[in-house]
Amino acid sequence: MPKITIDDIELEVEPGLTVLQACELAGKEIPRFCFHERLSVAGNCRMCLVEMERAPKPIASCAMPVGEGMVIRTDTEMVKKAREGVMEFLLINHPLDCPICDQGGECDLQDQAMGYGYDRSRFGEKKRAVDDPNLGPLVKTIMTRCIHCTRCVRFATEIAGVPELGLTGRGENVEIGTYVEKALSSELSGNMIDLCPVGALTSKPYAFMARSWELSKTESIDVMDAIGTNIRIDARGPGVMRILPRNNDDVNEEWLSDKGRFANDGLARQRLDKPYVRAGGKLTPVSWDQAFAAIQDKLKGMDGSKIAALAGDLADTESMAALKDLMASLGSNNLDCRQDGAPIGEGARAGHLFNSTIAGIDEADAILIIGSNPRWEAPVLNARIRERYLQGGLAIGVIGEALELTYRYEHLGAGTDALDAVTDGSSSFAGVLKDASKPMIILAAGAVARPDGAAVLAAARSIAEASGAISDDWNGFNMLHSRAGRVGGIEVGFLPGENGLATDGILDGAASGSIEAVYLLGADEIDMSRLGDAFVIYQGHHGDAGAHRADVILPGAAYTEKNATYVNTEGRAQRAQLATFPPGDAREDWAIIRALSAVLGKTLPYDTLADLRENMTMANPVFGAIDDIVRADWGAFGEAGALSGDDFSSEIENYYMTDPISRASETMARCIAEILQGDAPRTGTDG
Amino acid sequence: MLKDKDRIFTNIYGLGDAGLAGAQARGDWSATKDILAKGREQIIDEVKESGLRGRGGAGFGTGLKWSFMPKEIGARPHYLVVNADEGEPGTCKDREIMRFEPHKLVEGCLIASFAMGAHAAYIYIRGEFFREAEALQSAIDEAYAAGLIGPDACGSGWDFECYVHRGMGAYICGEETALIESLEGKKGQPRLKPPFPANAGLYGCPTTVNNVESIAVAPTILRRGHEWFANLGRANNTGTKLFNISGHVNNPCTVEEEMSIPLKELIEVHAGGVIGGWDNLKAIIPGGASVPCLPRSICDSVLMDFDSLRDVQSGLGTAAIMVMDQSTDIIAAIARLSAFYTHESCGQCTPCREGTGWMSRMMARLVSGEASVAEIDTLEKVSRQIEGHTICALGDAAAWPIQGLIRHFRPELEARIEQAKSRAA
Repeated sequence: MPKITIDDIELEVEPGLTVLQACELAGKEIPRFCFHERLSVAGNCRMCLVEMERAPKPIASCAMPVGEGMVIRTDTEMVKKAREGVMEFLLINHPLDCPICDQGGECDLQDQAMGYGYDRSRFGEKKRAVDDPNLGPLVKTIMTRCIHCTRCVRFATEIAGVPELGLTGRGENVEIGTYVEKALSSELSGNMIDLCPVGALTSKPYAFMARSWELSKTESIDVMDAIGTNIRIDARGPGVMRILPRNNDDVNEEWLSDKGRFANDGLARQRLDKPYVRAGGKLTPVSWDQAFAAIQDKLKGMDGSKIAALAGDLADTESMAALKDLMASLGSNNLDCRQDGAPIGEGARAGHLFNSTIAGIDEADAILIIGSNPRWEAPVLNARIRERYLQGGLAIGVIGEALELTYRYEHLGAGTDALDAVTDGSSSFAGVLKDASKPMIILAAGAVARPDGAAVLAAARSIAEASGAISDDWNGFNMLHSRAGRVGGIEVGFLPGENGLATDGILDGAASGSIEAVYLLGADEIDMSRLGDAFVIYQGHHGDAGAHRADVILPGAAYTEKNATYVNTEGRAQRAQLATFPPGDAREDWAIIRALSAVLGKTLPYDTLADLRENMTMANPVFGAIDDIVRADWGAFGEAGALSGDDFSSEIENYYMTDPISRASETMARCIAEILQGDAPRTGTDG
Repeated sequence: MLKDKDRIFTNIYGLGDAGLAGAQARGDWSATKDILAKGREQIIDEVKESGLRGRGGAGFGTGLKWSFMPKEIGARPHYLVVNADEGEPGTCKDREIMRFEPHKLVEGCLIASFAMGAHAAYIYIRGEFFREAEALQSAIDEAYAAGLIGPDACGSGWDFECYVHRGMGAYICGEETALIESLEGKKGQPRLKPPFPANAGLYGCPTTVNNVESIAVAPTILRRGHEWFANLGRANNTGTKLFNISGHVNNPCTVEEEMSIPLKELIEVHAGGVIGGWDNLKAIIPGGASVPCLPRSICDSVLMDFDSLRDVQSGLGTAAIMVMDQSTDIIAAIARLSAFYTHESCGQCTPCREGTGWMSRMMARLVSGEASVAEIDTLEKVSRQIEGHTICALGDAAAWPIQGLIRHFRPELEARIEQAKSRAA
């Protein structure tokens, strides 16, 4: 370990660190613009200059690796002068339009100018002005503010894997742009807004909405995919103004998908804010008592076997646990959280989890992806695969659609033939997996939502076993979920009980009349026409498909409006926190079910959220290990059988609209129009 | 005065045949195999002993630079890259070598590559040098055909390939790491150092980048002995050098001379003196556009070598001497250079990107005198803020001419401002 002296402080640091990182360890803050821990080193802003003994010139500390016996000074007049000089250069062509800039208050340039800026300008020339390219519906550009740190270029090229941004021109005429004007095609483009140290790239939907210091900040969990991205919800009054990622190296590093970031405007639209009861074919607003009374009237005396419950993709575990208990007390075993009917969660716990963990991708040396489009199902996880891919020594095979995944892979085939070929060893990729020391098989949850799903699951399981992917310290079988509530539902046991009906059985029963009442807990992804004449109770937060069919609507809370636990695809239980209150008469979901249970005379045995959580932990220790992973033991799951020969396709057809919140979002609608359909305003040079 | 027998470039004016036959008649390619037989260590040692300093401008010891290459060839191949992107204003020495003495360069490439364990050399030639690239390519073709390079070059058992790559016309691509980027097909922007090219250069492999002249003189040094070369010029500034003399002289020329020749003698003897006589001299830029200019008082006695020019706060640079007589508007001349650096800045790092434009705008106003005297100090300070704070040396190169102007011609700047003021009044 090299010994290094920083401002007379001697310390030993890890080899390979940069001087800048060593200075931070010594407690010396080094100003920087271009340097970012997760991006390659550019060394172009020159703000981090420090003095090194025996070097004639100040050195860029972000680019200099530590060496034995280095003597660094960060507090000399030379260093101060150098930084002040760089700051002056950065500001001479900067518009200084902080009062109208959305970055104001959280701007690196603003902050560091307080430390290193002069109080007046010596620059008497005209300032440079730059045209603003249109980067699509998410990222707003004001390029006159750009300081050319190239963080956005490096993010797009290295992390997002879409080399669409670049620095064109030369000298003082350099500009960041997309060469030919087009919308960014990345699902991670919003992260550039966070990375931009100035106000050149800001959020388009959030433009002029709020100032950072007016916002209340709540740490929470994203539910737009099943990764469980750690987020911070910034709210003002009743409105969620914006959503930002939090750092969690085990889950999302510091990235957030565009849907998780920008679908927040959907939280303010199409909301259910009071209970409704259908009267004379028409939904009528009523009080909570009237709504509960209507349910009680209907369910009174009804046999439990005629009642069923379906949980949706955004349902939190507390409400599912409560609803499960209520169904049990009503005598019903007909409940399911798998709206797509996938045979998941019926065997060993390892069969429905991403067992290698997301951080485990960093160690993998071969990956087989089955039936998935990870770029849409889990953009942040896909970036992690790319990050690992860029380090080299990773073989990737894909069975399913041949899509642009931002890394090179071997396309083994579109359908089950290819799966068979890997299973029986006739595909060369079977050998690749076998030779790998840490192989991963990533099976999309959507790939088993088909008639031969149990056989697909069994085939993937046997590939994992045959490849040596299962050992004491490594489990290479991974199910990649894209629905935030799914794993939680399975962990709660929101599955058909003994002789109970699953999704298909419930819908068939409702159509035939053998099921007379269906409780939809945010379930919108089923075919509502199959519910027949059943009495439908819809509890949820958006006026989506379920609400349109409902006979009684109980307005619930969206994920930003409740304290709730979600379990991500790894089986990691994490807590979402209440950032704003549910609108109108809407209430937290578990509390609605608890209140209903009292009306129905089946009072559930918990009065507080803490009691409910204690109950859940007793039933499943996963809920006691918040933020951690409880390892799943390997066991039997799936059902070996003949495969249908059908092609695999991703369960997500349209990335920007997958759930009631994103379907209500105007921003997401614009994304579809401008990014997926390419209707962005064009310049004359682009077709 | 350099004696004719000590001349290395005997065909620099193109009076003889530039082809292989002519070159061999002048001594090129003679016993190259024996030179290679000395072995890598010996060759590098002899170049070190000769005191040859890089001819591209920085004056770093060529032998020392070669010795930085890994001793053993590992998993990554070694490369020699020859910098023939001669873009420094006023400089036209490499051009003459490639036109009329290309075999010296090709032979030098072989020897240098062998000494550094490289099996391939890339010559990155300035895009505008169309005919020069043709001449060079034809010399390479001749050498291949004669078995002098290629597999088992000169019968030495060393396999050696030589490629010519034409640039696209950017001054910054003459910076060694920007040149490597450009050679790799990327935008020509200098890299951060460390890692230095000897560790991770072209395609991430150990690479040495040398100037054309440094490489072209190497075979003669090894053939005639390092003592011969070391005995020319002063200590630490040895050998011969191609000087380019342009501007207000009677006979602008490129001439090979001994290092450390007095500047005045060089101009009087080879360039026919300053137009209107030495007393008509105003200033000289002694080493290409990047170095500070010198007033006549210094030109009277200064010697043309690295150390002597450094002592008068200028530099030898590429030894391109630009002579300006009393008719010159020195402010406008430096303003023109400043505009050049603004145009050629790659825009990567802050001080150069923002500072060069600021300086050239201030310079433009100083030409017409529309400035305040205080702005001269501002300009000086801005140039100090750029110097030494950039990724590559272009920032320094942009700052130095202006610093030289202010150092030696400040009264002229102030007089111009006064004139403008009185005109306005």
